[in-house]
Amino acid sequence: MHMADALLSPAVGGIMWAVSAGTIALGSAQLRREQDDRQASLMGVLGAFLFAAQMINFSIPGTGSSGHLGGGLLLAVLLGPSASFLTIASVLVVQALFFADGGLLALGCNIFNLGVIPSFLVYPFLYRVLSKGGISKGDRHLAEPVPGGAPGKWRETAAVMISALVAMQLGSLAVVLETGLSGISSLPLERFLLLMQPIHLAIGAVEGAVTVAILSFVRKARPELLRRAPAGNAWRSRFAVLLAFLVIALVTGGFLSQLASKNPDGLEWSLSKAGGKVAAPGAGEGVHGLLAQLQEKSAWFPDYAVKRAAPRPLPRGAGALPDAASAVPGVVGTILTLALVCVAGALLKKGKERVETPDA
Amino acid sequence: MASISAALLDLKRLDQLASGTTFLHRLDARAKVLATLVFIVCVVSFDRYQISPLIPFLIFPAFLIAVGELPTRYLLGKVALVAPFAIAVGICNPYFDRQLLLQLGALRVTGGWLSFASIVLRTGLTVGAVFTLTALTGFPAICRALQRLGMPRPFALQLMFLYRYLFVLAEEGGRAAKARELRCFGRKGSGLKSYASLLGHLLLRTWQRAERMHMSMLARGFSGTFPEQVKARLRFADVAFLSIWVFLCIALRLSNVTHSVGALFTGLLP
Repeated sequence: MHMADALLSPAVGGIMWAVSAGTIALGSAQLRREQDDRQASLMGVLGAFLFAAQMINFSIPGTGSSGHLGGGLLLAVLLGPSASFLTIASVLVVQALFFADGGLLALGCNIFNLGVIPSFLVYPFLYRVLSKGGISKGDRHLAEPVPGGAPGKWRETAAVMISALVAMQLGSLAVVLETGLSGISSLPLERFLLLMQPIHLAIGAVEGAVTVAILSFVRKARPELLRRAPAGNAWRSRFAVLLAFLVIALVTGGFLSQLASKNPDGLEWSLSKAGGKVAAPGAGEGVHGLLAQLQEKSAWFPDYAVKRAAPRPLPRGAGALPDAASAVPGVVGTILTLALVCVAGALLKKGKERVETPDA
Repeated sequence: MASISAALLDLKRLDQLASGTTFLHRLDARAKVLATLVFIVCVVSFDRYQISPLIPFLIFPAFLIAVGELPTRYLLGKVALVAPFAIAVGICNPYFDRQLLLQLGALRVTGGWLSFASIVLRTGLTVGAVFTLTALTGFPAICRALQRLGMPRPFALQLMFLYRYLFVLAEEGGRAAKARELRCFGRKGSGLKSYASLLGHLLLRTWQRAERMHMSMLARGFSGTFPEQVKARLRFADVAFLSIWVFLCIALRLSNVTHSVGALFTGLLP
C-alpha cells in the first residue's frame, strides 16, 4: 500500500513531507537523548532484516495466495517507538530510491502511513494499553519485574492482533484520504474506502498472525530481547505533544490544500502571488467552474473532484469542450515534442559515443 | 526462490551504475537531489487532465540517461514494472469520469481516459527521475547530501547502516528461503509455522550480528559518524546544473511548449 507520486498533488505531498521530516527530527533527538550506542548498529541491521523479511513469502492456507511480514508493529515491540520509527523510515527511503515504491514526493506519505501510525500512534496508545498488566509465567521468578511486565500469552496475542488490525486500517484510511485530497484519481471516496478497508482488514489479520508467531518464537528463544523496549509512561506525555503537533499540521495542511485547489493549483498560485504570469488554463480548467456547483452538493470535500459517480450531461459553452481547432495542435505538438525528445536523447548518446571512440 | 536473488541482482545492478565516471556522476549529490525534487514537484503540480504539457519534461530523464551513459532498456524495464498501485487506482478513472473533454473527429475522449493517461505519464516521469537519480548518484552519496541539507545525524547513520547490511541480510534471507523451498512439497510446508520460525531464526541471528558489530565498532574506535572521503563543496558546475534545470522545469511548467510546437507546425501547413 505504498502511496505513489502520480496520485499526489504537491500540496498534500509537501505537507506529508513536512510532517514526516518533523517526526524524524523528533525521533532522532529522542534517540540522541537515550545515548544507547548499541542501538545504532541494532537498528541498522534490523532495518536490513525487515527488508529481507519482506521478500520472503508464506502461503496462506485455503486461499491460494501468499503473505509476508510488514514489520512495523514487530519492530515497535522490539525497539520502542522512536527507534522502530526511524528503522521503518530508513527502509522506506531505500525502497523509494531502489525500487521506486512510492517515489520521492510520496515518501512523506509512506513514512507517515507505515511508520508514524504503527510506531507513534498504535504502539504507545493501543498496544501498550492492551498488553499492560498480567505477568506471564516466565516473569514470575524475577525479583524485579520490568515495568509493565510481559503480558500473558492470550493477552499478548489479542493485543498484537488488535493493534495490527487497527494500524493497517488507519494506514489504508490515510492512503484513501491522501489520494482523495490530492484529487488526481476520480475514484469516489466512499467506493475507494469500501475497496481498501476490507483488503487491509485481511492484510492486517495476516500481519497480526505473523507478528504473534514471531514474537512467541522470540519469547521462547531469547525472552530478554522483549524486555528492552522503554516503558510507556514517560513516553505518553511526550506523545500527547507530538499528537497535538500532528493534528495541527494536518489541519493546517487541509486548509492550505483547500486554498491551493481553489486557485489554479499550488505552484501557479504561488507564482501568480509572486507576480509572475500564469500559463493558460488547460482543458480541465473551464469545466472546473461549471461542475463546481454540482460537486458542492454531493462531494465530501467540496473543492476536490473526488466524487463523480454519475455520468454527467455534456457541458456546453464557456470553452468546456475544446473544439478540434484547439485540440489538433495539442495532439500534433505532443507527437512532435515526443519525437524531439527521443531524437535529442539519441543524439546526446551518439555524441558521447563518438567522443569516446578515439580514446578506445 | 528465484525472485529474491533476482531482486537482489537487480538492486546490485542499480547500485553499481553509480560507480560511473561521467560528468553527471561527478556532480555534487545535493545538486542532483534538489533538481530531481523540483522536477517531481513541477510534474505533479499539473491539473489532472493535462497530458501535452507533461511531454517536454521527458527531456530531463532523457538527458540524464544519455549523458550519464545509463542503460536505457534496463531503466525503462524497471520503470514499466513499478507503481502498480498508481495504475490500479488510475484505471478506475475512465469508469467514474465519463465526461467528454476532447473530440478528434470520430474519436471522443472522456475526462477519465485523459486523467488515466496523465497518471501513467506522471508515473513514468517521477519513477524515471528517481531511478536516474539513484543510478547517477548512489545511495551513500544521496544520504550524505540529505544530511548536509538538514537531515538529522542519527537518521543518516541509520540509513548508512541499513545500506551496509542490506545486501548481507538479503542474501542470508534468500538462502534461508531457498532452503525452505527445497524442503517444501508444493504449498505444503511453506505455511505460517515454518515461516515464523524461519524469520525468528533470522531475527535472532541478526540480533547477534548487531551485538558483534557493536563490539567490533567499539574496538575500532567508532565515533558515531562514518568518515567522508572527500569534503565536498559546491562547485560552479553543480550550481550551474541545478539552476539550469530548475529554470527549465519552471519554464516548462509555465508555458505549454507542446502546444506551441503543434500550433507552429499546423500553422505552417496550408
